[in-house]
Amino acid sequence: MERFAALVDALVYTRSRNTKLALLAEYLRTTPDPDRGWALAALTDGIDFPAVKAGTIRTLLDTRIDEVLWRLSRDYVGDTAETASLLWPEPHHAVAGPPGVTEAVEVLAGATRATAGERLAGLLDRLDPNGRYALLKLATGAMRIGLSSRLAKVAFAQAFGVDVEQVEEFWHGQSPPYAALFAWAADGAAPPDAEAVPLFRPFMLAQPLEETVVDMAEFAAEWKWDGIRVQLVHVAGQTRVYSRGGDDISASFPEMLDALNIPAVLDGELLVRGSHQGGEAGGAASFNALQQRLGRKTVSKAMLADYPAFVRLYDVLLLEGEDLRPLGWEQRRVRLEELVPRLDPQRFDISAVITAANLDELAEIRARARDDAIEGVMLKRRDAPYVSGRRGGLWYKWKRDPLLIDCVLMYAQRGSGKRSSFYSDFTFGCWDGDPDAGAELLPVGKAYFGFTDEELKWLDRFVRQHTVNRFGPVREVDRSLVFEVAFDSVHVSKRHKSGLAMRFPRIHRIRADKPAHEADRLDTLRAMVAD
Amino acid sequence: MAADFAWIRPEPQGIYLLPADAWIDPSRPVETALVTHGHADHARGGHGRTVATPETLAIMALRYGVQPEGSEPVAYHESVTLKGGVRATYVPAGHVLGSAQILLEHAGERVVVTGDYKRRPDPTCPLFEPVTCDIFITEATFGLPVFRHPPIEDEIAKLLSALALHPERCVLVGAYALGKAQRLIAELRRAGHDQPIYLHGAMERMCRLYEEWGIDLGELRAVAGVPKGAIAGHIVVCPPSALNDRWSRRLPDPITAMASGWMRVRQRAVQRNVELPLIISDHADWDELTATIAEVNPKETWITHGREEALLRWCELHQRRARALALVGYEDEDD
Repeated sequence: MERFAALVDALVYTRSRNTKLALLAEYLRTTPDPDRGWALAALTDGIDFPAVKAGTIRTLLDTRIDEVLWRLSRDYVGDTAETASLLWPEPHHAVAGPPGVTEAVEVLAGATRATAGERLAGLLDRLDPNGRYALLKLATGAMRIGLSSRLAKVAFAQAFGVDVEQVEEFWHGQSPPYAALFAWAADGAAPPDAEAVPLFRPFMLAQPLEETVVDMAEFAAEWKWDGIRVQLVHVAGQTRVYSRGGDDISASFPEMLDALNIPAVLDGELLVRGSHQGGEAGGAASFNALQQRLGRKTVSKAMLADYPAFVRLYDVLLLEGEDLRPLGWEQRRVRLEELVPRLDPQRFDISAVITAANLDELAEIRARARDDAIEGVMLKRRDAPYVSGRRGGLWYKWKRDPLLIDCVLMYAQRGSGKRSSFYSDFTFGCWDGDPDAGAELLPVGKAYFGFTDEELKWLDRFVRQHTVNRFGPVREVDRSLVFEVAFDSVHVSKRHKSGLAMRFPRIHRIRADKPAHEADRLDTLRAMVAD
Repeated sequence: MAADFAWIRPEPQGIYLLPADAWIDPSRPVETALVTHGHADHARGGHGRTVATPETLAIMALRYGVQPEGSEPVAYHESVTLKGGVRATYVPAGHVLGSAQILLEHAGERVVVTGDYKRRPDPTCPLFEPVTCDIFITEATFGLPVFRHPPIEDEIAKLLSALALHPERCVLVGAYALGKAQRLIAELRRAGHDQPIYLHGAMERMCRLYEEWGIDLGELRAVAGVPKGAIAGHIVVCPPSALNDRWSRRLPDPITAMASGWMRVRQRAVQRNVELPLIISDHADWDELTATIAEVNPKETWITHGREEALLRWCELHQRRARALALVGYEDEDD
């Protein structure tokens, strides 16, 4: 448990992704089974002790410490597990040495509601504050230390020098402590058996088109929808919905689980229906509407009724026992078109193919498309097999040209990590009327990328020289610098004083040449609202 | 009880001694000030007469540029008699160089004002000495049971192993410029670290003052003008405010550390972008605070600057008479 606790602590204080990867990889490489498997499960929320809840800690601490001191401490620290780890009184009697991760897991897994407190206490007595913190986080399944399951898989691959896509593929069939997975990666055993398990298959990804010119005789075009890319897997009576990173998000979309009962692996865009004017297939609401549905562990009936989900299909990977991935896109597309009529039309449709003779014609079609649910177009090589990851020359994404507006810099905040000494997060605004007649600037967005390192240095200096006010890490600057801001779309928002919220804003150009009073007004931005 | 001690009165701007017309650690200029130690929230300039240990007076002189008006040095265990028959004796508080508790005696009644204190050994100042008294006026900076400072040796070992693990980087430690920085350096020396230690400009004069008072800090070098590469593999000490400032860009990929009792709470460390939190404090932790009250065993405990509420609750649970004072101007966020 000490090494696990040290790892948890190091992950909490590390901001660099590469350092996090190195820390975790080192731990996985040097820790014996089954400790490392349980630790991995704990770090990726793959472990659950039904008898241990946050309330268990509260109740337990009530027996050890005065309730007023507990409340004052909890209010100050802000986290129940951490407060308890710091407050836990050292035992007066002799105790055994610190428990290992596996021992702790076994003790907690065997607990009932009645014995959970006492078992937890026995373990806490044997640990120091950092060990207690790691144990309580493990026990309550609330690590929240900025480690996505994707990052964990990359670290796993890095630790044993195996292919991350294979790790993704084998992972989902396994349960903690992942003995077969470690045996395969660390000891070269045969890969875990994946039959009859709703496995995730790594997605095929596209690269930006940029300056590439493709021949439309070789490529097919289809819309790129602005929802979330998902993979639906149905096998042996079970259905799962996986996100792009391979996270199981089935619980957030129960209606999709009932909708698929043909053994298949499907690739598509998850969207919610809205009243809003749709594309040719109709009815996709904006990304804002979809956001209502994301990240929920349970979904209310009202949610299901107000924001019903459906999947717009792009591709089929496996169908009724047949692996279609080696086939070309065109052949898979035929199979997909045959499949769609067999599916529930409420829950599935197919992403239409766009007919264009050449790229110029496609550019024109793309520019005309102002449907909010369209992010751009995709170009797929007609004979390309479905291969995981981003392979050159097979799939391209060609996003719609961004919208542009001139805004005035209002506030700047320091960044994090390597940028922690630079003012690199910028809030900018538009005029709420005629600036020469006393109009005010209202913030319309915030951006922290789009500029080069050289420009960042220049901006940092600008902020320091033009500061008029400081609020903690934030500086207010005089209203003199104009940014040309690029963004994908703008929406009505009640959360912002300007009433508008941009999607994907970024600094397109620094317009040091443009006087601030010539920047755009809110009316201009409002006219670009898409929903 | 309070009626018996009518000669001492807590006011928002400090503790007032009526017969002497004198204040302890006043936050505004007064005629006569008794100062416990040199931290800016206790020692302010502009008083008519300043009574403090010689070390504290030297620190004040350094900070305010001139010797305070009417400086009156009182060595440890020595006393000064003020107007109205109030006797003040200065006793080591173990907080920083020159820090003192002040024992006040008047008409057979004894009051101790601790100022800031800790109970652990510190190579830069003598150990705290408990003094019997009727009223014990204690600080409560870390007055919550979550604050338990680990042994300093463990924290120093953490710092040295981070340094050894990343010879191409440096460890930048944010530490309060008076007291914390010098104690950290002295403890590093005690642990056998004999490499030069680099200093932010704001640290240099105070370190020199400590050395003049006989505290050996080993080889110290200024960061200014030293090329990046030369600092790799070394420890750099700076004030906490410089940790994430432009100044730190001159250093070779620093590991950001901070030496503070607040580092006990993860979120506090994360908020300050600290990668290597070092739980090192010059204040008493919860166990030291409660043990000291029990040991001194006063008739009444007055609690000031910090988290008074929890310590008050502890006194209540242990049937001790106590009250919280609401003094202004005491902020020690960087400790």
